[in-house]
Amino acid sequence: MPSATTLLPPDRPWADDTLLADRAEFVRTEAIRLIELAKVGHYSSVFSAAEIFAALYYGVMRTDASRPDWPDRDRFLMGKGHAAVGLFPILADLGYFSQEVLDSYTRLGSPLGDHPDMTKVPGIDFSSGSIGHALSNGLGMALGGRLSARDFSVFVMLGDGEMQEGQVWEAALAGAHHRLGRLVAIVDRNGFQLDGSVDDVIGIEPLGDKWRAFGWEVHEVDGHDAVAVRDLLLLLAERPAEAAPSCVIARTMKGKGVAYMEEEPGWHLGYLVPADADAAIAEIRGARS
Amino acid sequence: MSSALAEGSWQYRGLNAQNPGLDHLSDGLIELVEAGVPVVAGTADLQYSNGLVKFARAHPDRFVQFGISEQNMVSAAAGLATTGATPFVATFASFLALLCCEQIRMDVAYTKLPVRLIGHHTGISLGFYGTSHHATEDISVMRAIAGLTVVSPADGPQLQAAIRASATWPEPIYFRTSRGRDPQVYADDAEFRFGRGIEHSTGTDLTIIACGTQVHPALRAAETLAAEGLSIGVIDMATIKPLDADLVRAAAARSSVVLTVEEHNVLGGLGAAVAEVMAESRSGARLVRHGIHDEYSLIAPPTHLYAHYRLDARGIAAVVREALA
Repeated sequence: MPSATTLLPPDRPWADDTLLADRAEFVRTEAIRLIELAKVGHYSSVFSAAEIFAALYYGVMRTDASRPDWPDRDRFLMGKGHAAVGLFPILADLGYFSQEVLDSYTRLGSPLGDHPDMTKVPGIDFSSGSIGHALSNGLGMALGGRLSARDFSVFVMLGDGEMQEGQVWEAALAGAHHRLGRLVAIVDRNGFQLDGSVDDVIGIEPLGDKWRAFGWEVHEVDGHDAVAVRDLLLLLAERPAEAAPSCVIARTMKGKGVAYMEEEPGWHLGYLVPADADAAIAEIRGARS
Repeated sequence: MSSALAEGSWQYRGLNAQNPGLDHLSDGLIELVEAGVPVVAGTADLQYSNGLVKFARAHPDRFVQFGISEQNMVSAAAGLATTGATPFVATFASFLALLCCEQIRMDVAYTKLPVRLIGHHTGISLGFYGTSHHATEDISVMRAIAGLTVVSPADGPQLQAAIRASATWPEPIYFRTSRGRDPQVYADDAEFRFGRGIEHSTGTDLTIIACGTQVHPALRAAETLAAEGLSIGVIDMATIKPLDADLVRAAAARSSVVLTVEEHNVLGGLGAAVAEVMAESRSGARLVRHGIHDEYSLIAPPTHLYAHYRLDARGIAAVVREALA
């Protein structure tokens, strides 16, 4: 059941708390399985975002897999497109494409690569891969939604390393200036990027103060509490079309769910040999039992 | 979403009233809206330079001011296009094609979205503003991007006709337009067909293939040379990609020399596009490329620069005589 404090709007699908945790686990184990096909992938970037993916797709967004181009659907964009291997299993699970397509991940001619491609994959609202564009893309969608009087929200997941891209702050200025109340940025604040700790590479704190100073309404949440993420995003999805946009800073852990990945940020990009993959899956499943 | 200045203000008078050619940009967009196309126009702090202030006054709810954030503007235009809008975003060509090259590739072309990019004040038309404001690489960069149509109208009426014709063109488009002070080549009711060059005349000695601002001086040069007894053809290659290869091959078959003329680096631009077609055909014609020869322009008022770089009628005629000597 939804948490007692949430007033779930009747037109939104909602999921019970057990399903959210189950789907977050599914995201992690499926990512491990798919990366085995490619022999390299972004495990830990997916693991930090697993509860956010689950909350969005099983608890917040109004979508319809039978109509991926439904004009009134809520939109989801990923600035951190390299975590798409965590989203593809959800889209297959919801029926956007078949298990066979999912299992073609990264093989010759597959629609599914390391980064999401909207022209090839039903359910992907915008292509990504070059970090820093997605908030601008989402800003355009929110402008278009308001212009055409359509009642949808735009959720944009951004990496914390992505905060180093100047274009993010161009979009932050414009989103506040044009008062795009249905634009929601979600920063996956997992603390690490390719070259190390975000704080060591190019620090971004105080992050909340930065977004507030740019005119956004800032919320902080435990990004691994799927119910809390869902409840917060549901409230933000009901904001007026003309209001300050929202920024959710999701405190997460890179590699969440596999102890050695949580401790070793080098797992941004890596490969688990089959025995290690099995052990990691067992660890992820064991955490819930 | 417009914050347009009063029509009598010094900015409006000083910047916009002198740009009748770029008025055709707004006029074309207003025509599209009247025809039912869901246009959304945006600019990056240049609504007076590109005349979009006129569109903003006519359709304030369809105009978005992005401020000096060109990359955000291009990426947002792509997002807008996914909601059914037909976005037209305009800024100086140097900033659009070079600063936003990667946003154009990833968000506009790779996604196959019907975004219309208006790069204005191309070539060396910004004169003494200097290299930061000159665009002599934009054809080269834009035509290397898969799936992007590249159009270079010769004047305001042709720009407006191309905008009108874009309503049924599915691909993203880069429009390369000048500053709106250029002599008119075409009548106000000009027509435009994507992918088709316009053959003004044919000649056996030499065919000039020009685009954009160079069409008018090329026509005038051809008149002068005809009076000297030379047989000179002139083609306006208004679409650079997809290139009208048939017209290039026909010119190469008919003339001893093909001369390309563009307000652009001779590397990678119209001359290169024509060279590719000629190299792969069995034409025996010789090719001469005229334009900016891989250098940064001097500082000067635009007309002085056109004379210096032989991109005016007198200069083009001289280049033709040398080519035939």
